[in-house]
Amino acid sequence: MELITANNIIFALLSVVVLGCGLLSVLTEKLMHAAFYLFLTLVGVAGLYLQMSYDFLAAAQLSVYAGGILMLFIFAIVLVHKIGENSEHVRMGKKVWAGIAAFCGIAVVLCTMFLFGNFSADPSTDQFTETVNMELIGRTLLGTGKHQYLLPFEATGILLLACIIGALVIANKEKEDKE
Amino acid sequence: MIPVQFYLVISTLLFFIGVFGFISRKNLIGLLMSIELILNAVNINFVAFNRYLFPNQIEGYIYSLFIIVVAAAETAVAIAIIMNVYRRMGNETVKSIKELKN
Repeated sequence: MELITANNIIFALLSVVVLGCGLLSVLTEKLMHAAFYLFLTLVGVAGLYLQMSYDFLAAAQLSVYAGGILMLFIFAIVLVHKIGENSEHVRMGKKVWAGIAAFCGIAVVLCTMFLFGNFSADPSTDQFTETVNMELIGRTLLGTGKHQYLLPFEATGILLLACIIGALVIANKEKEDKE
Repeated sequence: MIPVQFYLVISTLLFFIGVFGFISRKNLIGLLMSIELILNAVNINFVAFNRYLFPNQIEGYIYSLFIIVVAAAETAVAIAIIMNVYRRMGNETVKSIKELKN
């Protein structure tokens, strides 16, 4: 089994980008930098999806997360945060406690996984060259049969509508109070 | 082929990076970013399990799509709340919303 293939190198690079930028995004004191590192993390995760040749999911990740949610974050930072003036100073003790908690969690999960989880992948799929058929995704999302998801799809639509209205109402409250 | 365990390790580390940020951040927007990291870690897990263990079904795939949509909705509402908090209290740290009623 070859160790240095293009696939493995790309996977290693992606994992370094995802984990490193995730860590930087959590550790950096300036929020704008944190948003930028978060962007790199999200792009790296999209790359991981592409590695598994889930093209549509990678596209959704890029357009919704990296395009939409990150833009919301940047707008919020620009509108709310006093840039440069108010970099947050977290007490060292809090960081230490957070680090201990996270480390314990990682230890528990990884120990459990390597002790009890023997996942045997399907040996017939040696390389993920075939992507998921777009028609299959559409039929699964909008079908009413078994293993098809029309009801959650509609519920998501209602959730988005409620979210739009709720966001508008919450963000506008101050004006109504003044009148 | 990359073993599925590698994806699970990445997902675990990313999840607990998010947990670390969630505990240690003071700023509400920072908290929200940590939540995004956590959701992404969960998504990686779903997709990797789906791809490696059940490659002929797309349940995990669809579930990840729904998670992405719900994350978008949640972020929009949370940012509206943060802006409201900022307008009322003057800053957007966690301490400023200790009291919800005036």
